[in-house]
Amino acid sequence: MSNLPAHARAVVIGCGIVGNSVAYHLCRLGWRDVVLIDKGPLPNPGGSTGHASNFIYLVDHSKEMTALTVESVNQYKEMGVFTQSGGIEVARTKERMQELTRRMSSAASWGIEPVSLVSPAAIKDLVPFIDESIIMGGFYTPGVGVVDSLRAGTIMRERAQASGALTVLAKTEVLDIDVEHGHVRCVRTSAGDIEAETVVITCGVWSPRVARMAGAHIPLTPAVHQMIDVGPVPRFAGSKGDIEVPIVRDMDTNMYERQAGGDLEIGSYAHRPILYDPEDIPPIEKAALSPTEFPFTQPDFELQMQHALELVPEIVGDERVGVKYAINGILSLTSDGMPVLGESPDVKGLWSAAAVWVKEGPGTGKALAEWIVQGESEIDLHSSDIARFHEHQKTRAHVRARAAEGFNKTYGIVHPSEQWASNRNVRLAPFHQRERELGATFFEAAGWERPMWYESNAPLLEEFGDRVTRRTAEWESRWWSPLISAEHLAMRERAGIFDLSAFTIFDITGPGALASVQKVTLRQMDVPAGRNVYTPVLSYKGGFKSDLTIMRLGEDHFRVVTGGASGMSDKKWFADHLPADGTAQLTDLTSALTTIGLWGPRARDILAAATSDDVSNDGFKFGSCRTIDIDTVRVLASRISYVGDLGWELYVPIDQGLKLWDVLWESGRPHGLVPCGIGVYGTTGRLEKCYRAHGNELETEYNVVEAGMQAPRVKSEDFVGKEAHLRQREETPAAILCTLTVDDLTSKSGEKRYMLGREPILTRDGAPVVDRRGRRSYVTSAGAGPSVGKHILMSYLPPERALLGEPLAVQYMGERYPVTVAVAGSTPLFDPENTRIRS
Amino acid sequence: MKLLVCVKRVPFTGGKMVLADDSMALETRHLGFTISPHEECGVEEAVRLIETSGGESVVLTLGPPEAVEQLRDAMALGIDRAIHLQTDGSEWDPEATAAAVVEAIRADEAASGPFDLIFFGNESADSGGFQVGLRVARGLGRPAVTGVKKVTVEGTSVRCEQEVDGGRDVYVLPMPAVVTVKEGLNLPRYPSVPGRMRAGRKPVAASTPARRQARLELERLVVPAGQGRRAELLGSGPSAAPAVVEMMRRIGVA
Repeated sequence: MSNLPAHARAVVIGCGIVGNSVAYHLCRLGWRDVVLIDKGPLPNPGGSTGHASNFIYLVDHSKEMTALTVESVNQYKEMGVFTQSGGIEVARTKERMQELTRRMSSAASWGIEPVSLVSPAAIKDLVPFIDESIIMGGFYTPGVGVVDSLRAGTIMRERAQASGALTVLAKTEVLDIDVEHGHVRCVRTSAGDIEAETVVITCGVWSPRVARMAGAHIPLTPAVHQMIDVGPVPRFAGSKGDIEVPIVRDMDTNMYERQAGGDLEIGSYAHRPILYDPEDIPPIEKAALSPTEFPFTQPDFELQMQHALELVPEIVGDERVGVKYAINGILSLTSDGMPVLGESPDVKGLWSAAAVWVKEGPGTGKALAEWIVQGESEIDLHSSDIARFHEHQKTRAHVRARAAEGFNKTYGIVHPSEQWASNRNVRLAPFHQRERELGATFFEAAGWERPMWYESNAPLLEEFGDRVTRRTAEWESRWWSPLISAEHLAMRERAGIFDLSAFTIFDITGPGALASVQKVTLRQMDVPAGRNVYTPVLSYKGGFKSDLTIMRLGEDHFRVVTGGASGMSDKKWFADHLPADGTAQLTDLTSALTTIGLWGPRARDILAAATSDDVSNDGFKFGSCRTIDIDTVRVLASRISYVGDLGWELYVPIDQGLKLWDVLWESGRPHGLVPCGIGVYGTTGRLEKCYRAHGNELETEYNVVEAGMQAPRVKSEDFVGKEAHLRQREETPAAILCTLTVDDLTSKSGEKRYMLGREPILTRDGAPVVDRRGRRSYVTSAGAGPSVGKHILMSYLPPERALLGEPLAVQYMGERYPVTVAVAGSTPLFDPENTRIRS
Repeated sequence: MKLLVCVKRVPFTGGKMVLADDSMALETRHLGFTISPHEECGVEEAVRLIETSGGESVVLTLGPPEAVEQLRDAMALGIDRAIHLQTDGSEWDPEATAAAVVEAIRADEAASGPFDLIFFGNESADSGGFQVGLRVARGLGRPAVTGVKKVTVEGTSVRCEQEVDGGRDVYVLPMPAVVTVKEGLNLPRYPSVPGRMRAGRKPVAASTPARRQARLELERLVVPAGQGRRAELLGSGPSAAPAVVEMMRRIGVA
């Protein structure tokens, strides 16, 4: 082909809604010499965009997903391809009605307006062909609509072409991707080779196959979504447009019904999960329809016909209305339901924007382009980061197991703490068997099985009596136990032993290590060896990329300890900032070390009983770390606390973890040591101390000053985000992170209810609380504070609301509860002087 | 009336045929299955005749266990019940197929009376042998007309019209008779959802016929040259109108 350039600034592979959008936004951000390639013809190259149902619901419980969707709708509107129809999620059950009140909360938290809960009669008015007698109500979003995604792709492509920045190559197949020294170099195509330093894979279901050409992983699986089209519908005979009636999501049956011109389209996520491998997708010349439209499998749709007939009998039951079209459409699923975005941790310069659906396509394209060009996107994408996956999470078996499990939850009522059932017991702590014997209930973190609470602590419930709150509402009792609070109180009075194996741990070593860690941390890392430092890790714009702890173990030796969830992204971030001259190395020790936490007023006595080393307050100061011998185990002990009590994190080679556990257990017995689950570590202990958590309070969308974590001085060394941070310190913060307590948990029915997080914070009158940057106040974390006797919430509030004693409200399950600001800033609610951790 | 429609499960090619590596079959890995457009018209005709004059319609196929899908499809359109002569999935030659079909028809007729009319597609969509309908007629000793584009039942006889150059040949046959039909006979309906749901509850009588020793053998398949989609640009804008009109005349839609 004559117009094939030999070099490109970026090659974008795949002309679906995502590829067109990425290419367009790269050009908008000033890049030129961008090449967009597809194996198929244009405008419909045969991927999932071509058969998408193209409707967009705005509200999702995920903030990230909602933000991407809203941005996408704005773009679709700007391009003139959005038809607003409204949409109603209908409920057939009481449980679903409750879920719809949660939808209302999420809408308020993310600022989606208008939305309302509507009665069956009101739904009948909006959707006259529905049988309202089988539904209890619905969640109505007037802003829902339908887009022409192929047209949108064409518009974006043509705009970029018109600017002279983009070359488009259709019917051009990518044959190979060359990688040199870990960096992408060249894309080899059927029309010739293109050298490029940036390659973006936007190939939808084919993405894993294309990534593999470069030796990289894009963990997703092609899966079937069944869709039929029935018509002609007599009622739609006079329709002028594609859609004039609100789209109905029949949530309890995992189905939707939408007008499509003179027909009705019926889609389902209810059938058995039907998964494929990218290799199963036929080449264009062998596909009867499009490569991603597989033959319809009628037996999988039998029950769905019944369900559709129940809800819209007037149309579906009409003998004159025929099934005109039926496909098994292929779309992309991932192991956690989120897209796969960002630079591959396997190959520098190789980017992914995969497992993205039409509803979030253009927003994702824009965010990815910002990430590529500016280093970060406006919308925090940490839940979608391709670097988030741990090794086992990239395996075919894991992706398929979780995708299969998640598929039928597409419209599911998913509890925020809901655990996966498939592919468990992947990573086990060396003392896992002990935990089992103690009756642990395990929650998963990064593949690790972590005790959330221990049944063996049941006697504590009696001991602590009324100080342990019991929950009666089923929703808040799910994935929860009063034992968490009991363990908390036992720790505060005596001591607790914690399994912290899920930490991600990596060492940065070498002569360039100090400079390397300085570069990515807010706090001063040039501290004496034997110190630990808790530090935010900033994004370029001064938001929170992460927060973690670094121990300086030697002149050229730093040990980074971070959470399992963000561990792999953090590792990539540190690796990306290693010096180019090779003077520092990163070594992942996650699977080499295990960590036990020991905290509580008796922690020192317990430790002292097992070691002859000096662990006195003077001999082992808070903020220090060093190697001690515990019985016959040589342990790296670090005096630090995330729960607000005296104690240590104890790092030990994984083969000796069991021994350490047993030694501590024995020496702890006389002191009333109890095993404590992550419920104490991650929620109750943390919240009482107002400690922030990444992904909850800490996101790139908020900065250090807003989080109340600024230090008196900023280190003189350069670091990522410094410029922004210095600027932010000069500004009045737009929001201040506050701790609130709920004044009265009693609902209208008299039952006490307990917020779980992500609910909107409102004024007492029910008005939204919005900061000057337009961000709504919502609950970033919620949980019990057993030692303070309150249910604790954290939320960013505008400065004028961030006042001690400020009366506000939280909306939960359709009701408002009064809350009061208990702390503005980061002073702990419990033990504000921090005497315990320093005692 | 009692009517029978015989159908064959064939790959849905979408207009493109791709052969398997050994050229002995179509590559079906990525394909769905259907019946030929001729047979769809046969099904529609039978359904319409029963709708107007009452009686029973039956669909029959000889094919693999999965061919029950095609039987259900036909029943979704209104056919009352199905006969499934199950094979192991390998292609039977027309003689063996016809012999098994004849035997099944005789058995059904012995149980519940003769079929007034037996519909076949003029030829199958895949192998295109043009044989089974005629062989069955001969086996049953019944009159047959091929390539029929219009069927009218008149008392105890059936009037069949064939399209020929410049006009139509009309045959009037006494019933029972065999008719092989062509696309264009009627406009088949889409199945309704209630029809689909009813189809799941309609009876399918499955049996495994003996396969007669083949005297015909498949050598290999060849895709005819020029097969597949072809697009010709007739022009653009208003100036293309005359060419479009001319093309519409040529293909007989104007």
